[in-house]
Amino acid sequence: MSVLTLTIEGRDVAGQTGHTILQVARENGIAIPTLCHLQGLSDVGACRLCVVEVEGQRKLFPACVTTIDEGMKVTVNSERLAAHRRRIVELLFTERNHICSVCVADRNCELQDLAVEVGLTHFDLPLLSPQAVVDATHERFGIDHNRCVLCTRCVRVCDEIEGAHTWDVMGRGTEARLITDMGIPWGDSNTCTSCGKCVQVCPTGALFEKGRSVAEARRRRPYLPYLVAHEGRTR
Amino acid sequence: MSKPRLATIWLDGCSGCHMSLLDMDERLFDITERVDIVYGALVDVKEFPEDVDVTLVEGAISSEDDLRKIYEVRRNTRVLVSLGDCAVTSNVPGMRNQIGPAAILERAYLENVTINPQLPGPMVPRLLAMSRPVHAVVKVDVFVPGCPPSADLIHSVLDDLISGRVPVTAGVTCFG
Ligand code: SF4
Ligand code: SF4
Ligand code: SF4
Ligand code: FES
Repeated sequence: MSVLTLTIEGRDVAGQTGHTILQVARENGIAIPTLCHLQGLSDVGACRLCVVEVEGQRKLFPACVTTIDEGMKVTVNSERLAAHRRRIVELLFTERNHICSVCVADRNCELQDLAVEVGLTHFDLPLLSPQAVVDATHERFGIDHNRCVLCTRCVRVCDEIEGAHTWDVMGRGTEARLITDMGIPWGDSNTCTSCGKCVQVCPTGALFEKGRSVAEARRRRPYLPYLVAHEGRTR
Repeated sequence: MSKPRLATIWLDGCSGCHMSLLDMDERLFDITERVDIVYGALVDVKEFPEDVDVTLVEGAISSEDDLRKIYEVRRNTRVLVSLGDCAVTSNVPGMRNQIGPAAILERAYLENVTINPQLPGPMVPRLLAMSRPVHAVVKVDVFVPGCPPSADLIHSVLDDLISGRVPVTAGVTCFG
């Protein structure tokens, strides 16, 4: 492993070969908004909120899956990036049915917080108002597809940490949905160990513990000692 | 110089945003001294007046009546403010959009009713196919999300508007 030097937001920083821009930025106290990233899980670059600019390159790079290079010059905050991030959050809101005022995750939701962070006050895009269901067949947990942003944190924690691989994603684009096993009700799954890890890592109100009402979701991330909760998102 | 003319209107909302407006306590005196309230729940005026400087709109656009009113409001208002999540996103009223008005009315007025079940008659404004945010129908100048927006936020928005400043709500209030 060799040490590489680069600049992020005009600051000289250093990191090891193979480290991501996100990793190095955070080590140096430079904030980059993220959603699908959760420390302790593999990165998939699903949400694109972490996009940054690299000098000399026209396209944008997702910081969570882009490794650093010697002499790289990275911009984290610009008008263009702010507009992109706002549009991404807007797309996430309008693609499903998000009614924060009656949501189990109200005031405990990373998507809700992101809307504030990126300065989203309304949607210019039309609401798609898709048909989405709630699967409450599991004894202790439920999934409300109306609130899912397809970050796949649940898929990854179930696969990589619990080793059960109960979750997966089926379909494409706006039709994409999380499925349990081969698309059976969660309560009928014979791979799910009912460990609850997926519920704890879900950034939104999509996965919830039964018996919790509006704004009652509480993520107990320290319950997963090997995952470091994403700090700084509690208001 | 004459005082700015302020109106408020309540469409498909629960009145919570108006309650939050009243919740600003003694600051209400200050606000009411600096504006003329020309229409809304606080004054007894039947027709929406002309030449209004600022109108706060609570609620989504859900019925034919809402639609008629919001066009009238827009025609006569300089700065139209979408106040609260129902106005901004259609929020709870919009939860029926996946289901459709016929099924919703049937559920609410026939299936779940024991005494004299009947659908609303012609006196009740007809529901539109979709409940929509205000800006899906007319141009909106200021968005104030929140369910409801806090009294502090409503006060600062009004204070800005009355003083001729453009209120900034981005980054200071969340949906819900
Ligand atoms: S999941 Fe988050 S953004 Fe979506 S409705 Fe619930 S609180 Fe709001
Ligand atoms: S409860 Fe555990 S095993 Fe079951 S789906 Fe969630 S993470 Fe996987
Ligand atoms: S259920 Fe939650 S954790 Fe899983 S993909 Fe949807 S938003 Fe992400
Ligand atoms: S956090 Fe990088 S793509 Fe989601």
